[in-house]
Amino acid sequence: MSTADTTLTGQYYDLHEHDHPEGGSTMLGFWLYLMSDCLIFAMLFATFAVLGGNYAAGPGPKDLFDLPLVAVNTSMLLFSSITYGFAMIAMQNGKVGQTQLWLVITGLFGLAFLGIEMTEFHHMIGEGAGPQRSAFLSAFFTLVGTHGCHVTFGIIWLVTLLVQLGKHGLTAANQRRLMCLSLFWHFLDVVWIGVFTFVYLMGALR
Amino acid sequence: MISTHQHWTPLLGRLGLDAIPTEPIVIATFAAVSLGGIALVAALTYFRLWGYLWKEWFTSVDHKKIGIMYMILGLIMFLRGFADALMIRSQQALAFNGHDGYLNSHHFDQVFTAHGVIMIFFVAMPFVTGLMNYVVPLQIGARDVSFPFLNNFSFWMTVGGAVLVMASLFIGEFARTGWLAYPPLSGLAYSPDVGVDYYVWSLQVAGVGTTLSGVNLIATIIKLRAPGMSMMKMPVFSWTALVTNVLIVASFPVLTVVLALLGLDRTLHTNFFTNDFGGSAMLYVNLIWIWGHPEVYILVLPIFGVFSEITSTFCGKRLFGYSSMVYATVVIGILSYIVWLHHFFTMGSGASVNSFFGITTMVISIPTGAKMFNWLFTMYKGRIRYDLPMMWTVAFMLTFVIGGMTGVMMAVPPADFVLHNSVFLIAHFHNVIIGGVVFGVFAAINYWWPKAFGFKLNVFWGKVSFWCWQIGFWLAFGPLYILGLMGVTRRMRVFDDPSIQGFYIVAFLGALFVAAGIGAMLLQFGISIWKREEYKDESGDPWGGRTLEWATSSPPPEYNFAFTPKVHDLDAWADIKKNNVARPTEGFRAILMPRNTWAGIVLAGMATLCGFCLIWQIWWLAALSLVSLIGTAIVYTFTYDRTFHIPADHIAAVENARTAQLAELEKGAAA
Repeated sequence: MSTADTTLTGQYYDLHEHDHPEGGSTMLGFWLYLMSDCLIFAMLFATFAVLGGNYAAGPGPKDLFDLPLVAVNTSMLLFSSITYGFAMIAMQNGKVGQTQLWLVITGLFGLAFLGIEMTEFHHMIGEGAGPQRSAFLSAFFTLVGTHGCHVTFGIIWLVTLLVQLGKHGLTAANQRRLMCLSLFWHFLDVVWIGVFTFVYLMGALR
Repeated sequence: MISTHQHWTPLLGRLGLDAIPTEPIVIATFAAVSLGGIALVAALTYFRLWGYLWKEWFTSVDHKKIGIMYMILGLIMFLRGFADALMIRSQQALAFNGHDGYLNSHHFDQVFTAHGVIMIFFVAMPFVTGLMNYVVPLQIGARDVSFPFLNNFSFWMTVGGAVLVMASLFIGEFARTGWLAYPPLSGLAYSPDVGVDYYVWSLQVAGVGTTLSGVNLIATIIKLRAPGMSMMKMPVFSWTALVTNVLIVASFPVLTVVLALLGLDRTLHTNFFTNDFGGSAMLYVNLIWIWGHPEVYILVLPIFGVFSEITSTFCGKRLFGYSSMVYATVVIGILSYIVWLHHFFTMGSGASVNSFFGITTMVISIPTGAKMFNWLFTMYKGRIRYDLPMMWTVAFMLTFVIGGMTGVMMAVPPADFVLHNSVFLIAHFHNVIIGGVVFGVFAAINYWWPKAFGFKLNVFWGKVSFWCWQIGFWLAFGPLYILGLMGVTRRMRVFDDPSIQGFYIVAFLGALFVAAGIGAMLLQFGISIWKREEYKDESGDPWGGRTLEWATSSPPPEYNFAFTPKVHDLDAWADIKKNNVARPTEGFRAILMPRNTWAGIVLAGMATLCGFCLIWQIWWLAALSLVSLIGTAIVYTFTYDRTFHIPADHIAAVENARTAQLAELEKGAAA
């Protein structure tokens, strides 16, 4: 291109570009994913709102829900959110051991939550109030169960990260992963507050 | 009727020898597909192409290759979906005066269901996703998408869904419920066999891919635009892609939920949509259309972007009303969420609710009309070149406006009470989907093919295809408009009234014209590949393009741009050409690129196997494949080293060859 203007080249092309390390979009991408997940819960809440009163002559919330137990369960999840917060503070301070310790505690709270939830489910199914009994129970088990599946997945992820922290320490990639799990974990907490309020507390008022 | 639901064994679930269909048409198809498949595998093995395919394509994270693979998937499934269309048209043309046609009701109901499902999910979606995948990163001056591995995984999940749909043809059967599988018909009580399970799980597997590719492209467009490209300097196609992907992320989870609930009803006997125990079938209909209406805009918005690019390129002008085009796109995106109820005015929500949704539906035609005028004003006083992409664009404008108007007719609730579920509706949505999406995809293929492969498409066969499609479309759907106004309902296998046979024969002739159009298009591809030296385009900019994808060579190098362009104006490439900016020819640096990975295809394969086992209720293998899916994903997360540098001297070699090529071209032009 003999006649082309070379003086403008630097103005139109980035001649001194540096590498764009991977991970620059990760937090945004993960946030977008969480919003899609949020929509899944929104639909399950909507389904519960529509079907939640259809007991089909079966048991209703008052017959089934053990509110003190659910309150304990809720506190398990809320505590796990606090301890995850401590893990993140330890991460910011660059302390691998402390981060791992708080993660382990978070995981244990998560397991306690799941244990109590399974006890509740087991009890309800034993009473003949399984997901097949009525549309209300179908919607209940699916909403609460989907949340429980998420917590289970979160715990698997947490264990994986513990191993990866042990292997590689607080590298940039691992910090990014911890931050994603943090978003995920707190998100599940927020969803649970919705479940606790709309399913259990308001259910008890029905 | 195949009654596969009656036996269940722990080892094979519901799967048994009786799952193999015995209908002659299916057996013949199976034989043809198997022979074709064996021939293909043999050829690939003979020419030792497996390694090449695996290394260069299947495991590739290059957005351009993934885009091309999406287009190939769309094309293959298009042939399958169109075969279903021909069967519907020929059955309906024959089944008069006591004739039963050649399809029994069991088969016919599967054919129209599969036609709809395939054309929307496995033809239109891969085509649109493929175009966005290929073009968007180039248009915004990026080297790849934000999450290249996820991109590969998303593609293979879409393939997995398509594989399950195709498997239903030969193992068991597909749904007989219509493409949205309304309960209670799709519930266990009325569809006890595996058909609806194939429907649920093929769409779940593909849906994961679609949602993730939506997340990926939003992040790409937000984060990876070239320096200087503010949102309002972004090409219109990329804008429409952004809005489309927002719609994907904000609507596909709804589909995921509604299909999951239907699957639970069918598998675990819950009562979401059942007739008894408090279930509500109308909840399903509402939920699926809350996904379904945005879905049609997911398909058509990027196509509006395609037409915008083509119109401004082939009129040699900046697009008229760029910002109104952007706002119209965003407004259509928002409005698409508040119209869903117009799909079932007859549900009985009452006059007020129906009026609300009727009015919102009519309101959508305002931004759409604004777009139409923008294209017309772009053409006004432009130097219009009627190359193939522009021909498809003009055909779109003529066809789509008519389809849009019949849509507004049905948006009037009292009129819809008459037209609901009639073939008028069928004519309407084919009018907008073929006239909009399909014509747009063909325009896009003709437009961007030279970019992807470095040679133009044959014009003669392109024109033959174009005219066959135009004639065929109106012959096929004109009669349906008339029949629909007379009250003929959709999905009929046989007819009592012999007086309407003529219309169906004309419609069948139309389908044959379309078939000729598809044949001519395949011939066009074949001849163009055969004569690729003759049709070669070395400039990288065969149409006088205006956006950045034309700034690089054809096909572009794997890193897209040796130096990221800086953007000063909308139509960045037109700006560079106008100012006669010299292309940088030295000072190349190493470029960081993502590595190929096996993980996408392997994980998607496991997900597909899991889906297949859930359909047939082979619980042990479903659990095993799910556990290995999670395990493999965890193993993959231990791979930290996912990038590599393309060395500077390799880039210098590629770019110097390009410099020489351009100099040669210039010399040729001067001489």
